Amino acid sequence: MRAARVLLRPVGFAGFGLLTLVLLAAAFAPVLWGGRAAAVDTGNLLAGPSAEHWIGTDNLGRDLFARVLVAARLSIVLAVAATAISLVLGILLGAAPMLLGRRLGRLVTSAVNVLVAFPGLLLVLFFAVVFGVGARGAALAVGVAGAPAFARLCHTLMAAVSERDYVAAARIAGVSRIRVLLRHVLPNVAEPLIVNATMAAGGVLLTFAGLSFLGLGVQAPSYDWGKLMQDGLNGIYVHPLAALGPGIAVVLAGLAFNLTGEAFAAAFGLGDQPGRAHSMEEPREPVAATPAVPRTVLSVEGLRVTIPGPAGPIRAVRGVTFAVSEGEAVGVVGESGSGKSLTALAVAGLIEPPVRVEAGHLVVAGEDLMAAGAHRRLGTSLAIVFQDPMTSFNPAHRVGPQLAEVSRFHQRMGRKAALARAVDRLRAVRIREPERRARQYPFEFSGGMRQRAMIGMGLMGDPRLIVADEPTTALDVTVQRQVLELLAEVRRDTGAALLLISHDVSVVTDVCDRVLVMYAGLVVEELPSKDLRTLARHPYTRALVAAVPDMDTDLSRPLAVIPGLPADPVHVPAGCAFAPRCPLADDHCRAVAPALVAGVACHKSTEVPV
Amino acid sequence: MSTLSFHDVRVRYGSHTVLDDVSLEVTDGQTVGLVGESGCGKSTLARAAVGLAPLTGGQILLDGRPVPNRGRRPVQMVFQDPYSSLDPRMTVGESLAEAMPERLGRTARQAEIARLLALVHLDAARAADLPGRLSGGQRQRVALARALAARPQVILADEITSALDVSVQGAVLNLIRDMRRDLGLSMLFISHNLAVVRYVADHVAVLHNGRIVEFGPTAQVLGAPRHDYTRHLLAALPGAVPLKEQT
Ligand SMILES: Nc1ncnc2c1ncn2[C@@H]1O[C@H](COP(=O)(O)OP(=O)(O)OP(=O)(O)O)[C@@H](O)[C@H]1O
Ligand code: SF4
Ligand SMILES: [Mg+2]
Repeated sequence: MRAARVLLRPVGFAGFGLLTLVLLAAAFAPVLWGGRAAAVDTGNLLAGPSAEHWIGTDNLGRDLFARVLVAARLSIVLAVAATAISLVLGILLGAAPMLLGRRLGRLVTSAVNVLVAFPGLLLVLFFAVVFGVGARGAALAVGVAGAPAFARLCHTLMAAVSERDYVAAARIAGVSRIRVLLRHVLPNVAEPLIVNATMAAGGVLLTFAGLSFLGLGVQAPSYDWGKLMQDGLNGIYVHPLAALGPGIAVVLAGLAFNLTGEAFAAAFGLGDQPGRAHSMEEPREPVAATPAVPRTVLSVEGLRVTIPGPAGPIRAVRGVTFAVSEGEAVGVVGESGSGKSLTALAVAGLIEPPVRVEAGHLVVAGEDLMAAGAHRRLGTSLAIVFQDPMTSFNPAHRVGPQLAEVSRFHQRMGRKAALARAVDRLRAVRIREPERRARQYPFEFSGGMRQRAMIGMGLMGDPRLIVADEPTTALDVTVQRQVLELLAEVRRDTGAALLLISHDVSVVTDVCDRVLVMYAGLVVEELPSKDLRTLARHPYTRALVAAVPDMDTDLSRPLAVIPGLPADPVHVPAGCAFAPRCPLADDHCRAVAPALVAGVACHKSTEVPV
Repeated sequence: MSTLSFHDVRVRYGSHTVLDDVSLEVTDGQTVGLVGESGCGKSTLARAAVGLAPLTGGQILLDGRPVPNRGRRPVQMVFQDPYSSLDPRMTVGESLAEAMPERLGRTARQAEIARLLALVHLDAARAADLPGRLSGGQRQRVALARALAARPQVILADEITSALDVSVQGAVLNLIRDMRRDLGLSMLFISHNLAVVRYVADHVAVLHNGRIVEFGPTAQVLGAPRHDYTRHLLAALPGAVPLKEQT
C-alpha cells in the first residue's frame, strides 16, 4: 500500500524510475559493456563525439560512454558502502546513551556534538589521509566522516522513542536493554533513518566523485565517475563532454537517491507532503440563508463543518442550530470526536480552508461570519480560551507583549498604553506581581497561570462572548476551581456570555445555565443544566451522565457503560447515529434520523422512563 | 498477592525535593488510592517503585525485601497515556507475550494471550491487531493485560483513566474493581479525580508537596477529612460549593 503511494506521486515515480536505471547500470553495465570500455583503439585517441562513440574516447581510444556506464557499479557500491558505514556507526553512537548508561552515554553524545560542528569536508580529508589513498580508504573516510551526523539524528530519534511509556513498560517487564533497542526502538526510528540514509547516499556519491577527482579516491586502473572526470579534465576545452559526461552521471544518480528519499519521506508522513489525495467529492448542498435570532450574542443555524480526509470527507459537524442570549452561559458536552471543538472553532471564525464551514447563518455579536472577510471585524468582541494555552501562546515571546499585541492590532493602541493595559488585565485575572509576570515567557507560568493569562488576553478587548474549549481539562481540581471562578467573575463584571465546551458533565452543570449534548456532529439534546442529571430524555445523555462516577455514586453497583464505539464521522449511519449503541433502537431508528424537536432528537424520547 | 511498602522514601532532582519521607503501605489484596494535585509527586512515587526514578533516601519493600530494579519486576505499572503505552509496531499478542515471565510454546502462548485478553474483557481475536486499530479504552485494557502477563504481585496504575473519554472510563473502572474481586490484586491507584478514587479504592492517601498528609479508609478520608488540604481538595470539586453564589 505504501509502495503504491510512493510510486503514485510524480516525485516518487521520477525518483524510483531514475534509481532503477542507475541500479540496473550498476548491476549489468560491466557485464554488457565491460569489453567495449576496455577496448583500446589507437587510431581513435581523444576523439570527439561521433555516431560510434557518443561522447568520444579517452587518451587510449576507449569508448567514454561505455566507461561512464561501467563506472556506475564502482561509484554506487562505494557510495552505498560508505553510507552503510555512516549508518551503522551512527546507530551505535546514537544508541550509546541507552546501552552504556547515563554517564558514559553523555560523554559519547558530547563527543558527537563536537564532531558534528566540524566542517564535513575537513573530516573527509582528514580521514582520507588517515585511512590512506584508494577506494577502500576513501570509503572508510567518507563513511566515518558521515557518522556523527547520523549519530546525532539517531540520538534525537531514539531519545524521543525511549521516552515513550512502552519502553518503560518493557524495561519493567524485564526486557534487556539490547532487546529493547532491537525490538522497540530501532523499528520505530527506522523510517526516518531510511529516508535520511537514502538522501545521504546521494550526497556521498558527490563527495566520492570529489575525492576521486582530487586523486584521493579510486586509483587507476579502476575508475569511478570522479576518476573519469579527473581524466577528462585535461582536455576540457577541446573535448568538454569527456569531463561533463561522468559529471552528468553523478548528478543524475544523486538526484535519483534524493528524489527517492523525498518520496519515502512523504509516504511515511515525514516532512511536508504536498498534494496528498484527500477527497471531498461530496457536492455542496446549498444552504438557505436565515436571519439570526434576535437579542442573541451568538446565533447559529444548520452549522456544518466538513474536513477532507483520505477515506472521504469527514463530516464532523452535521447541522447544528443553537443560540446564546446576552450574558447567558451555555455548555456543550459529548465524547471526544463529537464535534464540540470544531463547533467552537467555527463560532470563533478560526476554521480555514480546506476545512469547509457552511451555515444558514453564523452571527457572533452582530457580525455574520458567513459573509466574506467578517472575522476580521470580529476583533475584540470575542474572547477565546483553549485547553492547552501553551499552544495558544507563542513560546518565544514574553507574555505581556503578547497580550498587548491584541490591543495594538485591534484597538490601535500605542505600545506603552497597550502594555499598561496588559499588566492591568493580568492583575484582573488575579496574577500576582503582574508587572514581573508580564516580562516572563509562557513556559515560566504554571498551567493554571497560563490559563488565566489566556483569559486575560480575551479581556484585552471588551468581549461579549467568551468561547472556552476545555479550559480546565489539563488542570487539577483546585486550579480548575480557580479558573472556573475567574470565568464566573469575569462574566459578572463584563456581562459577557459564555460558550463552555467540556467533556466533564459536572463542570458544565456547575457553571452553565443551559447544556447542549452533542453526538456524532449533532445536538441530540438541549436542556437546562439543573435537569441534566435527573430529567434528561435522550438515551445518550442519560448514559453519559450515568457513566461518570461522582461523590454520590452507588459503590455496590458497576458503573453504567455505553457499549460500542463512537460513530465514525466518515461513515455516519443513515438513521439515528446513536442507534448501534442504543438499547432502545429499532428499525425505524436505524432508517430515519430523528430531528431535534422540543429539545431532544430521539424517536422514543417519550417512552424513556424518567 | 503481597504487600508493597514505602519507607521514608525521598526523591530529589537537583535541589528540588519531589518526595519527602513518604511512607505508605499497599496491603495484600487492597486498592490504595493516591490523590493530589499535579506535580505533587504521585507519578514519581510509582516510578520509584519500579526503578524508573532514582531514590535519594528510604526503601521500597515488597514483603519485607527490596523490590528488584533489574529484570522482570514483581511490581508492574500501567501508564497514563494510552497512545504512548503500546509499541505501535507490535501486535497486541506480541506485546503481551513479551511481558510473560517464561518462554512458552506456540499453543501455550496463544492460550495465555487469550486468557489475559479475557481478563480485561477483550476478544481473543484482538491479539492480531496493531494498537492503531484500538480505541483509547481498549489500549488501556491491553496495557493492563500486559501488566498482568508478568504475573505481578502488585500493580501501579498511574492516572490510567484520565486520558479516556467518560463513556470508556466507566468500563475501565469496572474492570479494575472486577480484577480486585476476582484476582485479589494489590494495587496503587493514582488519580487526581476524587470521584474515581472513591469508586475503586479501599484506602486513600493524600499527597501534598511531596508528603502524605492524610491516609485512611476511603469513606473516612473523603467523608470526614481531617487534614485541611483534603478538605480543600473536596471543596474544589465541581458542585461541592455552588460556584455562582460563592463568587
Ligand atoms: N526527571 C525529572 N527531572 C526533574 N524534575 C522532575 C523529573 N520528573 C518529575 N519532576 C518534577 O517532579 C515533580 C513531580 O512530578 P510527578 O510527575 O511525579 O507529579 P504528578 O503528581 O504525577 O503530576 P501529574 O498529576 O501532572 O501527573 C514535578 O514538579 C516535576 O516537575
Ligand atoms: S432515535 Fe432510536 S436509536 Fe436514536 S437514541 Fe432514540 S431510541 Fe435510540
Ligand atoms: Mg502524573
